[in-house]
Amino acid sequence: MSSVLSVSDLTVRFATPEGEVNAVNNVSLDVEAGECLGIVGESGSGKSQLFMAVMGLLAANGKVAGSVKFEGKEILDLKMKDLNKIRGSQMSMIFQDPMTSLTPHMKIGDQMTEVLQIHKGMGHRAASSRAVELLDLMRIPEAKKRLSQYPHEFSGGMRQRVMIAMALLCEPKLLIADEPSTALDVTVQAQILDLFAQLKKETGTAIVMITHDLGVVAGLCDRVNVMYAGRFVETGTVRDIFYDPQHPYARGLLGSMPRLDEAKGEHLSAIPGQPPNLQDLPPGCSFQARCKYRFEPCVEDPHPALEAIGGGRKKACHLKGLSRDGEVVR
Amino acid sequence: MSELAPLKKRSDVKVGDTILEVDDLKMYFPIHQGVLVGTKPLKAVDRVSFTLNAGETLAIVGESGSGKSTIGRAVLQLLKPTGGKVVWMGKNIAGLKAGAMRKHRADLQIVFQDPLASLNPRMTVGDIIAEPLTSLYPKMKRDEVRERVRQMMAKVGLLPQMINRYPHEFSGGQNQRIGIARAMVLEPRLIVADEPVSALDVSIQAQIVNLLERLQEEFEMSMLFISHDLSVVRHISHRIMVLYLGNVMEIASRDELFEKPRHPYTQALISAAPIPDPDKETKKKRIILEGDIPSPLSPPSGCVFRTRCPRAQSKCAKEIPDLAARGAKSNRKVACHFPD
Repeated sequence: MSSVLSVSDLTVRFATPEGEVNAVNNVSLDVEAGECLGIVGESGSGKSQLFMAVMGLLAANGKVAGSVKFEGKEILDLKMKDLNKIRGSQMSMIFQDPMTSLTPHMKIGDQMTEVLQIHKGMGHRAASSRAVELLDLMRIPEAKKRLSQYPHEFSGGMRQRVMIAMALLCEPKLLIADEPSTALDVTVQAQILDLFAQLKKETGTAIVMITHDLGVVAGLCDRVNVMYAGRFVETGTVRDIFYDPQHPYARGLLGSMPRLDEAKGEHLSAIPGQPPNLQDLPPGCSFQARCKYRFEPCVEDPHPALEAIGGGRKKACHLKGLSRDGEVVR
Repeated sequence: MSELAPLKKRSDVKVGDTILEVDDLKMYFPIHQGVLVGTKPLKAVDRVSFTLNAGETLAIVGESGSGKSTIGRAVLQLLKPTGGKVVWMGKNIAGLKAGAMRKHRADLQIVFQDPLASLNPRMTVGDIIAEPLTSLYPKMKRDEVRERVRQMMAKVGLLPQMINRYPHEFSGGQNQRIGIARAMVLEPRLIVADEPVSALDVSIQAQIVNLLERLQEEFEMSMLFISHDLSVVRHISHRIMVLYLGNVMEIASRDELFEKPRHPYTQALISAAPIPDPDKETKKKRIILEGDIPSPLSPPSGCVFRTRCPRAQSKCAKEIPDLAARGAKSNRKVACHFPD
């Protein structure tokens, strides 16, 4: 299989008056055609900034180094004009808050057809009918009538459907979704996740799902990368990560989630402490201060590299093994 | 200073006694709709009744606009109810003036969703936590106030030496601990926790949930836990009340509700919440509700849920279903003409 997106050794730094923020540190990943990759992490883990860098959307004080290849072609050093030919048409991104991503004073129809007119050179009529087609696919009732409405006339769930429809107009090879269902109510979130499942089955578009919600990843993604303090700490298939997490953080994250499908047990196994300050990362492993399996190398040696542990899985941890019942091999 | 004596005697209430009874609570907001149309009531909460026992956690769940926060505020008299009774320890407090409410304030406290926004940025942590004490116990000595604050900080997992710091110096999880300490310093009998963990990251959320559970045991307090997150609710509560558009759909004990939900809305809500388990999640049959929640300004006739209900029939548009007891042995109540 060929990689749609191939990121290697990507580093993102932000210059701030208080010093440099290490948002993303030496991250590499591949997204294959047609697969759904989950990126899981808490706030400040760098999961959004990583893909903002991929899309060339970093804030002005952000600096990026490394390599991003889209279908084998380096895009990190592209000029804005050339980058614009790729993003929005072959590679698109949708964000958490659909209201701030839509232009409030433009009709939905105009916002959608604009994309097609610019990228595909389509005429107004052809573009309109394609827009209706996509809104239908997103199960928006009375799509034709909706084209002449403004964003404020749509509910939150409907706006997010419009955003997804817009992202899909040019049949992108890659769709990056940054917390697309987080701002929505539970029953509406279920509708949107159902749409993503349908997309995955019917279009063959590769999807990157950035989220803090492990439940969202479980039902939708094929592989998961767990991110902590700007690094991937464990990567593998969804089943590997959920049923046999090997990194203490991945395990801690799963253990700290209350479960809908389980009667009340004991207290939740919370991870003590809080994520490190990205301006001042501790020496050694960035998770060591919160890790209950910490031993000397975690503090003394540099941050462990993300290394293969067999079965296509990788982890960045000095522990040699971590069994299901918590036994460790150091 | 050693452990201080409790602020008040607790012997008058035993765990399991009913301490709060809400009866037919209505909270309407007048909405002006224009010169010709006039004002129209927005029924944020309509005909809501429930009871709460000492030491019990009742979760109020629902989506945005379901009226769950409004109920919490109406119970505390932060909003004056349009109708109905709020009976606190045998006395109807609905509509009491601020002065008359003061003596109940020491028993009724609230924790808010956004930890930073609910703390005064210009006050030190010590002053924030001390404020309820100095306001309701003006004769308490300064040293004792300070000591009670320190001990409460230790109980909620804050270092007492941080007493002179400001909220912005703390993380979100720690700020929520400050908010909890401020509510707990009066040793209240009831805490209304309004989405207390929704703004927090998963690993921090677990810390705060554990803290609330520990405090509840220690102080034998009751909790109204307002949340949209069913997983947290299943973990923390004893009973659950499901709201939709200001109306109660179903109320039942935790295990009854999750193992065999009977209202179609409860069923959809439970099936919609994602589970962090790939096998269960891919096999699960999800009930996808059509459309969105209708506007509370023009709610559907009859049952408010009928426009999205997979089981709706003509009767549902005509008659409002009563919240009726179902099952002889349980305390479950369901508001549906055709429950499972």
